[in-house]
Amino acid sequence: MYSVKVMDHFMNPRNTGCLDNADGVGEVGNPVCGDIMHIEIQVKDNVIEDIKFKTFGCAAAIATSSMVTEMVKGKTLEEAERITNRTVAEALDGLPPVKMHCSNLAADALHQAIENYMARRDVR
Amino acid sequence: MKDIYMDHSATTPVDTVVFDATIPYYSYDYGNPSSVHAKGRSARHALEKAREQVAALIGANSREIFFTSGGTEADNQAIVSYMLSNQKRGKHLITSAIEHHAVLDTCLYLEKSGFDITVLPVNELGRVEPESLKAALRPDTALVTIMHANNEIGTIQPIKELADIVHQAGAVFHTDAVQTFGKVPIDVKSIGIDMLSASSHKLYGPKGVGCLYIRKGIKAGSLFHGGPQENKMRAGTENIPGIVGFGKAAELAGGRMDELAICLTGLGKKLREGILLRIPDTIPTGDPDDRVPGSVSVCFRFVEGESILLMLDSYGIMGSSGSACTSGALEPSHVLLAIGLPHEIAHGSLRLTLGKDNTEEDVDYVLEVLPKIIGNLRKMSPLYSKGGSN
Repeated sequence: MYSVKVMDHFMNPRNTGCLDNADGVGEVGNPVCGDIMHIEIQVKDNVIEDIKFKTFGCAAAIATSSMVTEMVKGKTLEEAERITNRTVAEALDGLPPVKMHCSNLAADALHQAIENYMARRDVR
Repeated sequence: MKDIYMDHSATTPVDTVVFDATIPYYSYDYGNPSSVHAKGRSARHALEKAREQVAALIGANSREIFFTSGGTEADNQAIVSYMLSNQKRGKHLITSAIEHHAVLDTCLYLEKSGFDITVLPVNELGRVEPESLKAALRPDTALVTIMHANNEIGTIQPIKELADIVHQAGAVFHTDAVQTFGKVPIDVKSIGIDMLSASSHKLYGPKGVGCLYIRKGIKAGSLFHGGPQENKMRAGTENIPGIVGFGKAAELAGGRMDELAICLTGLGKKLREGILLRIPDTIPTGDPDDRVPGSVSVCFRFVEGESILLMLDSYGIMGSSGSACTSGALEPSHVLLAIGLPHEIAHGSLRLTLGKDNTEEDVDYVLEVLPKIIGNLRKMSPLYSKGGSN
């Protein structure tokens, strides 16, 4: 039911945990529907230097979170903003149709983290 | 790779003795029981022998056993045919909130067709309170259908007490006994069961066969039309190899029931208590004592069921969950919600149901692996750092 890539990212998730000094934080989902994705980023010179995630959810939720962190680490904010839930799913060689909607929110969490970073930067 | 199957409430392996008993009925004794010739008579003989074996397990008369394609068909037949055949008695039907979908969806189907349904709540252990049944019964209640034991949380209902209440009100009592048939003693006469559904593949028999017990004098009918089979209660040529296997499985289950129940209850208790001891923030579900032997059901806070199952599977351990992701729906199991668990806890459910081939070593292995899995998933969970115990 899951691709080899999904299972790899689920069994060996990349970049899990929290950052000591996060510049931006994003969180989407809620416990009622069974998926919460929390992403923290560290930005330097417009580049995502470090990124960590924590996810409550099924294998697809964990794998998409892991994949999105891998896709944007070292990328500029503009490059990161172009990533969508769909491109994350494609990078994982697809997700089962039933998972496309409910468990594929990692890019949304990333975009929230970037927005949060920008809001904080503008305040400064 | 380990191969530890702990999903016996989903299905069981066919016992080799059962399998051997079915073999002659595929290519040698392949007759149609309705035929008059030797092969037909041989098949008829096998069919009637199986009927006696199944009847003996629940203290029924063999003429009260009607073979079906399984538990789902038996539930459908009991509910639909009884309600259709007894409309003069009333169009009200009572069931419980934790029934299998084979019962719940059948009741909802009837509701759409103009029947009136009451769904009884259950308490936090998953039991129907006799008082709530009493309050729901009406003069036009024709049928009450309440499962013997729940497939997800293992709780066994006080069905004798419930059946007595139903009969005092002049209604008829059906029970889905798919999870208890062959596992705990059932005497339909002393309990007062009017109709009972059972399935073969939960007791080491083949899939695709089950039965409906209909007490003599109860007016039910056929769902299928087009033949006189099963005393005109189920049209269609009988699944003789399956039925022979079901009969053999029932006979074997009867012979080892007490011994196996003691063994599985002990192993289940060890597993349940071991999990609760080793893994904090774990909520046991169902009745701790009055439950299907070997059924263990818990919810782990801060983690999600499908993730637990896939991690367990990578260690060769096979279980199940009532999380939304494993049901293919967006909602977690209706059973876990009905016993009052909030959604986020219901999403973290795990059910391990032991069977005759599980050993003490299997339980030890699960107790070694499971805390690591839950620990790793919690480390990854944003809920754990917020509300967890560390």
